[in-house]
Amino acid sequence: MNIFRFSSPQTFYPLAGKLIPVFGTLAVLCTIIGLYLGFFVAPTDAVQGEVYRIIYLHVAAAWMSMFIYLVMAFWSAIGLGLGTRLSFYMTQALAPTGALFCFIALWSGALWGRPTWGAYWVWDARLTSQLLLLFLYFGFIALTRSIEDPRRADKAGAIIALVGAVNVPIIHFSVKWWSTLHQGASVSMTKSSMESSMLWGMLIMAFAAWFYSLAVTLARARCIILERERHTDWAAAEIAAKGAKA
Amino acid sequence: MSWNSLSDFLAMGGRGFFVWGSYGAAFILIVAELWLLRVRRRQSLQRLYQLQQIEKD
Amino acid sequence: MNIFLAVLRRDLLLAWRGRSDLLVALAFFLIVASLFPFGVGADPVQLRAIGPGVVWVAALLASLLALPRLFAQDHDSGVLEQLLLSPEPAVIWVSAKILAHWIATGLPLVLIAPLLGLMYRLEPGATQVLIASLALGTPILSLIGAIGAALTLGLRGAGSLLALLVLPLFVPVLVFGAGAVDAWAGGMSIAPHLSLLGGGSLAALALAPFACAAALRLACE
Repeated sequence: MNIFRFSSPQTFYPLAGKLIPVFGTLAVLCTIIGLYLGFFVAPTDAVQGEVYRIIYLHVAAAWMSMFIYLVMAFWSAIGLGLGTRLSFYMTQALAPTGALFCFIALWSGALWGRPTWGAYWVWDARLTSQLLLLFLYFGFIALTRSIEDPRRADKAGAIIALVGAVNVPIIHFSVKWWSTLHQGASVSMTKSSMESSMLWGMLIMAFAAWFYSLAVTLARARCIILERERHTDWAAAEIAAKGAKA
Repeated sequence: MSWNSLSDFLAMGGRGFFVWGSYGAAFILIVAELWLLRVRRRQSLQRLYQLQQIEKD
Repeated sequence: MNIFLAVLRRDLLLAWRGRSDLLVALAFFLIVASLFPFGVGADPVQLRAIGPGVVWVAALLASLLALPRLFAQDHDSGVLEQLLLSPEPAVIWVSAKILAHWIATGLPLVLIAPLLGLMYRLEPGATQVLIASLALGTPILSLIGAIGAALTLGLRGAGSLLALLVLPLFVPVLVFGAGAVDAWAGGMSIAPHLSLLGGGSLAALALAPFACAAALRLACE
C-alpha cells in the first residue's frame, strides 16, 4: 500500500476519522493502567513521600510537549520542502495540544516544587526551558492566527516552527548552563530512587499522553481540512451531509 | 503499595493539595480541550454549511 | 559582491538620513537602563551585580524597537519586491540589509556601553567584557530578529508579535552575554562565553539569511 496516498486531504480525512476512536480508547486504557501502577503499585518514595506521584503526570506532559514540538518541526519541513498542504494542517493541529501539555508540565512542576523545594517557582533548568517552550508555542499560534492569507500563514508558521526547533537545543543548553551557575534546586527525582514500577508507570502515562495527542490532533486536523478544502467536491459533499444536522 | 484508607489516599501524606491540584488541573484542561474541539467542529460545520447554501444561489 | 555592497551602501545612507529614528532607539536603550536603579536602589554593590544583565536586557529591547524598520520602508515603497524579482540570490542582499541594520542599530549599543558601565559602577575590566559580549552578541540579535521582522512584515500588531516570536530565541544570547561579565567578575574564564557568542554569530550569519529570504518572499506574494 502506498503510504503517500494519505498525503491527500481527501484520503486522510476518513482514515483519521477511523483512527480517532482507536487512539482515544488506547489513551483511556493507558491512563487507567499508568495511574494504577503509579498510585497502587509503586511504593512511597523514601525522600519525597507521596507527593512524588505528581511525576506520573509531570514527566508525561513534559515529554509530550517537547515531542509534539519536534513533530511540528518535522511536518513544517515536509510542508516547506514538498509543498503538501496536509503537512501544514498537521502542524497547526498539533500546536494547541503541545501548548496544553507544556502548561500542564509547568503547573504540575510548580505544585511539585512547593512542598519539595519550598517555592512554586525555583528557576530550575527544566521548568525554565519548559516556560520558554510555552512561549515558542504561543509565538507559533499567534503568528498563524495573525496572518489572514491561509497559504502565507501555513508557510510562515512552518518557518517559525523550524527556527524554533533549531533553537530548542541551544535554549536548553544555555538554560541548563545558566541554572548550574546559580545553584538552583532541581524539580526531579534522583536516579537512584527510581523503582521499576515507577518507571513503568511513567512510561505508560507517556504513552497515554501520546495516544491522547494523536486522537485530539487528528480530530483538529479534520476540522482544519474541512475549513480549508471546502471548495473541493468531496469536502463539499461532507459538509452538505454533516452540516445540516450540526 | 497499599493505602490504609480512602482518607489516607486523598491526603497523600499531607500533600494532597499539590498532588490533586496537579491531576485536577490536568483533568480540567483536557476536558476543556475536548469540549472546545467539539464546539469548533460543530461551529465549523454550521458555518461552512451556511456558506455552502449561500453560494449555491 | 556588487549587489551586496550596493545594498549595504544604500541602507547605510538611508539609515544616516533617518538617523533621528535611530537616535531615538539609542535613547530608549539609555533610558531603560537608567530605570532600574530607581526601582532597585542605587547601592553600588547591587548595581554592579545586576548591571550586565540589565544592560543586556535593555539591548534586547532596543533591538526589538529597531527591527521593524529593517524591511518596512522598502516593503511600503515597493523596493523589496523589486529586489526579490531580481536575479541575484536573495541571501546576498538580505545579508547586506542585516549588516547595515546592525551597523546602524547594534554597533551604537556597543559603543554606548561604557557609559552604562559607568552608571552601574562596573569595573573597567567588566565594562570591557561587556563591550566584547555586546559586539559578539548583537549581530545574533539582528540576524534572528530579521527573520521575525520578515515573518511579521505588514501584519497588524507586528511589533508585539515580533517580540513574542523573537525574545525566547534571544535568551541564549542574553545568558552567555551577561554570563561573560559575571564570569569575569567571578575570576573565571570568559573564553567559553565569548566563543559561544562568536560561534553563534557565525552560525546565525550562515543560516538566518535563508530563513529571512523565504519569509520575505511570503510577505510579498
